[in-house]
Amino acid sequence: MIYAVWLPLLMPFLAVPVARRGAEQLPPRAAAWALTALALVLALSSTAALGTLALAGALRLPFVARAAHLSPRLLGGGSPATVPAATLAALALTGLGALVLDRTRCHLRELRTAHRQFHSGASAGDLCVRRDDRPEAYALPGRPGRIVVTTGMLRALSAGEREVLFAHERAHLTGRHHVFLAATELAVALHPALRGLRAPLSYALERWADESAAQATGDRALTARAVGRAALAARAAGSSARPRLSLTATAGPVPRRVTALLNTPAPAARLLPGSLACLLLACVAVSATAALDAATDLHAGIEVAQGEQGHAAFGDGD
Amino acid sequence: MPDGQIDEPAHDPVDGRTDRRPAGELEASVLAALWAADAPLTPGSVQLELGGGLARTTVTTILTRLHAKGAVTRARSGRGYAYAPAQDSPGLTARRMHAELDKDEDRGTVLARFVSDLSPEDEQLLRTLLEGEPAGGEDSV
Repeated sequence: MIYAVWLPLLMPFLAVPVARRGAEQLPPRAAAWALTALALVLALSSTAALGTLALAGALRLPFVARAAHLSPRLLGGGSPATVPAATLAALALTGLGALVLDRTRCHLRELRTAHRQFHSGASAGDLCVRRDDRPEAYALPGRPGRIVVTTGMLRALSAGEREVLFAHERAHLTGRHHVFLAATELAVALHPALRGLRAPLSYALERWADESAAQATGDRALTARAVGRAALAARAAGSSARPRLSLTATAGPVPRRVTALLNTPAPAARLLPGSLACLLLACVAVSATAALDAATDLHAGIEVAQGEQGHAAFGDGD
Repeated sequence: MPDGQIDEPAHDPVDGRTDRRPAGELEASVLAALWAADAPLTPGSVQLELGGGLARTTVTTILTRLHAKGAVTRARSGRGYAYAPAQDSPGLTARRMHAELDKDEDRGTVLARFVSDLSPEDEQLLRTLLEGEPAGGEDSV
């Protein structure tokens, strides 16, 4: 247990770079599912490992041991690192719990504010128009989901391109893409090393919505033009003046989306190159089994200690 | 994958679309056309602006419905009406929205935006792509 329990905590550092490579080779929909599932499994495994560590240490505290009806002496010596590791794990768990709660509250409040704001005003069907010259458009999840678009964006696009925009945002809403994002945010909160999965996931979701829009409008070139012109208009208007430090010299997300749309539709879902897929599956499996293994070990240890306690109870005064 | 939202392109454009597309989507398209225009539009010009995919009567019906909801205003123009989007209190809400948007990086979880920010290199590349020039397979997706 002593060693297995560390694996889930370290696994994200190996799995994230592999997953980033792998996601580029999958069709967008599969990539979004795979990245989200990976993030959740790794995060939950690492949280379980932290829990196991903390519990193993807690059982050495006399009052906890008494409450659990076990004899601390019979838990085995453990390693000298057990107590400091448990303390750290307990601190980490407390911090993570607070962080997740805080994020969730913040997230819900933001959603509520946004909905309240758009409740009144020029809306028709699922469309909410804001008077603003800076081109912006996004999907606001909820019941009902809404497409929020500024007048600046509507004016920057032709009628056909506006249909692309609406189809794209509707694909986000009907595909419930915000659930993928929220699940991954939760995973990132539980294990910060999973941060690296954010960008590939949001790219996969945009590509997914782009493909849906291309299918809905039946025109890939028009879809590509809509995405490209919207981005150029937004830049020209200076609405996104903040340069992103993370962007490399190679193409950022928007040109890659446009290129993908202009290219002929990708050949039917070629699976991940075998080695990458195996490596990722191995990461997930190792992470999950290690967490499970550690927990089972601890449980077995507790059972032994409890059983012995039953026998020892006769002579044990304290 | 949302299906059945828009009929296949080969379909007869006169009536077919209106039956296939949900009313809410048509309303959105019509309202967007009004916002994109600089001046009030008659049903005829809305139809023209939307590329002739909708029948004139359909456009008129949608405009009437939007007017009943208070999303558009109308004024007499010749024998019919010209429609303009209803203005809501402009400055305040726009500022508030941007305050929300600019607030923090976490907004990604709430708001999936249509396009992300462009770097100068992206902008150049994008212009090349849209002009129909091959970008020179430097990035493979």
